[in-house]
Amino acid sequence: MKVTVKIWRQKDSRSKGSFQTYPVDNISEEMSFFEMLDMLNESLVKQGEKPVAFDHDCREGICGTCGMFINGRAHGPISGITTCQLHMRRFNDGDTIVVEPWRAKAFPVIQDLVVDRTSFDRIMLSGGYISINSGGAPDANAIPISKISADIAMDGASCIGCGACVATCKNSSAMLFVSAKVSQFAVLPQGQVERKERVQNMVTSMDEEGFGNCTNTYACEAECPKEISVAHIARMNREFLKANLSG
Amino acid sequence: MGWMFDFLNSSIGKKIQMAITGVLLCLFLIIHLIGNLFLFAGPHAFNTYVETLSAVRPIVRSIELILTLIFLGHIFNGIRLIIANRQATSVKYAVNKARENSTIVSRTMGITGSVIFIFLAVHLSTIWYTFQLEHGGGKFFDIVMSNNIGFGNLIVTIFYMIAMFLLGFHLRHGFQSAFQTFGWNHTKYKSIIEVVAVFFWLILPVGFLMIPLYFGLLGGGN
Amino acid sequence: MKLESKIPKGPLSEKWTSHKFNMKLVNPANKRKYKVLVVGTGLAGASAASTLAELGYQVEAFSYHESPRRAHSIAAQGGINAAKNYPGDGDSIYRLFYDTIKGGDYRSREANVYRLAEVSNNIIDQCVAQGIPFARDYGGLLDNRSFGGAQVSRTFYARGQTGQQLLLGAYSSLIRQMNTGKVKFHPRTELQDIVMIDGEAKGIIIRDLVTGEISSHAGDAVVLATGGYGNVFFLSTNAMASNGSAAYRAYKKGALFANPCFTQIHPTCIPVASGFQSKLTLMSESLRNDGRIWVPKKKGDNRAPLDIPEDERDYYLERLYPAFGNLVPRDVASRRAKEMCDKGHGVGSTKLAVYLDFADVIQRNGKNWVADKYGNLFDMYEEITGENPYKTPMRIFPAVHYTMGGLWVDYNLMSNLPGLYVLGEANFSDHGANRLGASALMQGLADGYFILPYTIADYLARTKAGKVNTSLPEFGKSENAVKENIRKLLSVNGKQTVDEIHKKLGQIMWEKVGMARNKADLENAIVEIPKLRKEFWADVRVPGSEDTMNTELEKAGRLADFLDMAELMARDALMRNESCGGHFREEFQTEENEAMRNDDEFTFVAAWEHTGDDSPPQMHKEDLVFENVQLTTRSYK
Repeated sequence: MKVTVKIWRQKDSRSKGSFQTYPVDNISEEMSFFEMLDMLNESLVKQGEKPVAFDHDCREGICGTCGMFINGRAHGPISGITTCQLHMRRFNDGDTIVVEPWRAKAFPVIQDLVVDRTSFDRIMLSGGYISINSGGAPDANAIPISKISADIAMDGASCIGCGACVATCKNSSAMLFVSAKVSQFAVLPQGQVERKERVQNMVTSMDEEGFGNCTNTYACEAECPKEISVAHIARMNREFLKANLSG
Repeated sequence: MGWMFDFLNSSIGKKIQMAITGVLLCLFLIIHLIGNLFLFAGPHAFNTYVETLSAVRPIVRSIELILTLIFLGHIFNGIRLIIANRQATSVKYAVNKARENSTIVSRTMGITGSVIFIFLAVHLSTIWYTFQLEHGGGKFFDIVMSNNIGFGNLIVTIFYMIAMFLLGFHLRHGFQSAFQTFGWNHTKYKSIIEVVAVFFWLILPVGFLMIPLYFGLLGGGN
Repeated sequence: MKLESKIPKGPLSEKWTSHKFNMKLVNPANKRKYKVLVVGTGLAGASAASTLAELGYQVEAFSYHESPRRAHSIAAQGGINAAKNYPGDGDSIYRLFYDTIKGGDYRSREANVYRLAEVSNNIIDQCVAQGIPFARDYGGLLDNRSFGGAQVSRTFYARGQTGQQLLLGAYSSLIRQMNTGKVKFHPRTELQDIVMIDGEAKGIIIRDLVTGEISSHAGDAVVLATGGYGNVFFLSTNAMASNGSAAYRAYKKGALFANPCFTQIHPTCIPVASGFQSKLTLMSESLRNDGRIWVPKKKGDNRAPLDIPEDERDYYLERLYPAFGNLVPRDVASRRAKEMCDKGHGVGSTKLAVYLDFADVIQRNGKNWVADKYGNLFDMYEEITGENPYKTPMRIFPAVHYTMGGLWVDYNLMSNLPGLYVLGEANFSDHGANRLGASALMQGLADGYFILPYTIADYLARTKAGKVNTSLPEFGKSENAVKENIRKLLSVNGKQTVDEIHKKLGQIMWEKVGMARNKADLENAIVEIPKLRKEFWADVRVPGSEDTMNTELEKAGRLADFLDMAELMARDALMRNESCGGHFREEFQTEENEAMRNDDEFTFVAAWEHTGDDSPPQMHKEDLVFENVQLTTRSYK
């Protein structure tokens, strides 16, 4: 296989970037998309050029480090996977593939395809936890939790924080990310004590970080590699309403 | 009161305001449509209906005032959201296949809303304004059918039809979206809301659309 | 050098309790005067940093990731062990201890392993309190499943994402402390060196991976929780950035490296498909609960798996180990798979794979049942290989997964360098020669939540808070050495890329220091590796500069250390004239091809000391004393 990749290159956060086009030859369809980029980078290094910087780590779809816009879709053309799980058999010989970094004001570009997602950490910092110190926790089976609640909590907890929801949202909204965490704790008994403060603080922090508003296009759900449902956003809206309006 | 201000200015607070005002406007549309349907019962019925309303003008005026506030709330928050969302997305993608992950109705609320706003302005400055000048007398039906501002005019007819079509578009997303914002997107209620939504995004706009279609294009009422 | 393991006296089950009582404490009002530097924020690092901060210490945490949530602890799919005995199948702390010691082939410390089993239950309690959504049954209580090397169900799990959920739990504790200001987190920073002041670890040098800035940080103690060095093989299940540099640089500063040759090869990974493969993907061991492993009886059988009739299939694990069947420990399963392929029974285009078949369980419980339990793993497999595992058996092959070896630590998790603590996979302490499934998460969290916070006080209480600052000449000297090293890497300007040389190293390691080792190969590796090291320093090409984000430079620095560590691993493997756990020496096996331990001569920890760049390392022995368990030949028949 041979493809042409059109990749966003940007020296650092202060520089203006632009697209560069590179041909990549001798690709086998068993290769992952990143292995194709590795190949490109090898050849760039050999020519004495700087390789394309991109975030990636586990390469098995769980760490949430990778993420790029490929041919107009977050994490590429296949739903329910991260970029690192994308394989070249999903492309055709001779394709031109356009690769862009996540675009959102709250995710500034650091270099090439690498963006800064620490805004997510700052949101989590404002309330994405249950305040319990190590040691002294009651027996794990002391409070039974219905399987349904545990499953809903797990659905929310499966968020890997990759940022695809923000990247794909026309408003760069982080509602799916924030709601997944709010939802996880809202349905668990452990989360009840800080339930009100959590949703209020996390939404405030989300707004301060410069994420946009949700207009319910549900593009986030469609592009989420963990297929997290927008029902979590609804739950967060409800939690936020209750927290603000109840006494 | 500080909490109220913070709440209304938060991202979710703004959406809640959009949702509440939106749903109230939907309810207004039902009443408006019922009134409009008198047109099909003939000039006498329609004129009587409007005259009845004119007789209780103070009540109508106060309802209109509330409606205006709701409209302004809807528009004001809509504009606030659009501005904030523009700021949150500084750079656009060179290639973006949004159609593969979301519907066009959901992505064009600002555009459909704006067209509906223009329609509203035209509608108020023509039909509604002319109605206000009438006191008694059976001319209301004729105003609606007139050649300059009513369905006797082909351009007006088509404009009304386009606006009603876009209203359906707007409500196709807007109605269900409001319940998502209220947090009622629950598997238990979702199907109920979807059924009710059909009334608002399909039946209601089609009801309105019937009027320019029947009286304007098909030559009904003559 | 005499290695003091500092194992407390007394009966096994009371050692930790009495030790906790006997250790010195730091007065609550004084804790905030001490600063601890925690390098690495995976399970062990994040749990340690947050717990230390909860106790009142000042903590600075460092990670080369943008966020603590990205650490590779996240990839553990299967679960975490604990001796809760919720299913009532006869589990106990002692049984978990016994299974772990036995699973580790009697090359770990009794006292450490017992303590691990003891705190395992606290971990589950702690994690549930943090809101980790472990799987539950319909009564609302926690569900368990079984794992390799155990005959009880003691593994707690959260779908196929247990590692992720536990890491997010530790991360949530950490950010909570970041929010209070007690933890200062430095994202995208990589450790370059450890600074020793008067023989004690008191600081670190880091490189900011975005700006390239080199900076010094001083503290009262340094904690390394930097993971394992499996990527020395190039292809492994480790994340791309996982590396051994922090441990190796500590080693160069005098810390001892223990049992470096003990590497775990995981039996169920997706086989290598092409020469450009960058990493190997693990399929959770839990699949062995329901999948059956087989190869064709006929050598070089090229038929499609479904065309091979039942009586022409060899379910070799079930045949060889009737008691444990497909659930034998990882080292056994891996070695047997390799053996089958070596004998010509391998399957797939490369003939380096065996089948993991779910046809039976799909027939027994239905496709939906299987999809419920393993759906995400099956999807992942299909995405990577293009084959549907519901219809055709999976192809699996062993891959490097975990390193049991690591920096030597005493019972307090302190290395031989005072003030330097090592946690999680980075230390050597609990898994002996082989780690059982679902035990890595347990160890990382045990170290971070429940052990280090106690033991570090014993050291800190004996030191004066804030004794050092970065203006001391040792820091400047170290910074200069780091900068010099970076300049050296950038100035070679040769012809080969970092990955090209790394692949060559991986080839040597996999073939000669891999799953089955022998004297001749190891001796050859000890000649080949230094040659490759020379080639690296003469011919590597690192483009770009040091003052920006430079991913090639990061990789080059890590590879330079791997090239040194590889030799140490080979030397350790050559020294250990026995087969035990993940270390299999072809010369030492029974007639049935089982590992043959040599307890008389090798019941010790080999701790290696760096003696200089041009002289061979020196080995120190810590004898392992077994007072409670009897050393037997592991049998899973």
